[in-house]
Amino acid sequence: MPTEIFRDEVRALLEEGAQLVDVLPREEYEDEHLPKAINITLKELDRERTANLKRDAPVIVYCHDYQ
Amino acid sequence: MHDYVPGKADWFASGLPKEGRLASVPTIGDSARRDVPTCAPAEKVENAWDCVRTAGWDACVVVNKEWVVPGLLREKEISTDPVATVERVMRSGPTTFRPDVPVGKMAKRMRERGAHTVLVTTSDGRLVGLLYRDDAECLAGERS
Repeated sequence: MPTEIFRDEVRALLEEGAQLVDVLPREEYEDEHLPKAINITLKELDRERTANLKRDAPVIVYCHDYQ
Repeated sequence: MHDYVPGKADWFASGLPKEGRLASVPTIGDSARRDVPTCAPAEKVENAWDCVRTAGWDACVVVNKEWVVPGLLREKEISTDPVATVERVMRSGPTTFRPDVPVGKMAKRMRERGAHTVLVTTSDGRLVGLLYRDDAECLAGERS
């Protein structure tokens, strides 16, 4: 299960090299996303699509808000 | 694996950087004046206002130790009792807006409501700055 985190923790993890994954639909991602986030939509979030993520760095997923 | 539960709405509402095709749309966070004078709730009104007037401003944002905004001090509040503490006379709980609101949308809203200024704070209530309608209209390209 993912650990719930908040903004300050996100910023701290990013400084340590964490990877950001935006799980929103492609169009919403293309409109606006967090710096350096990649897009893997919820529907695509499987072993194959996450294979390119670094195994030795934290991964942070996010969507629009508390959903 | 971590889940940033409040998501991108929280990130953008804090005025943090973003990327994407809409990232360059000017927002009120870009236009708010961050050098607005501030004072503490326990200060005497006349002391706080002296600094404000000397610096050429017409408003002062009341902030607590966490930089959260409990109120706003303007000339009309000063005249009620200059020797009172700021928290006694300030306009409590002023309406605030998040920094990611598009500046064009806010300029229109301010014009419609006759608002001269609005306060810009993060989603957790911390001061970003004070937005003047003139500045908002300039950035929105509605005046030079």
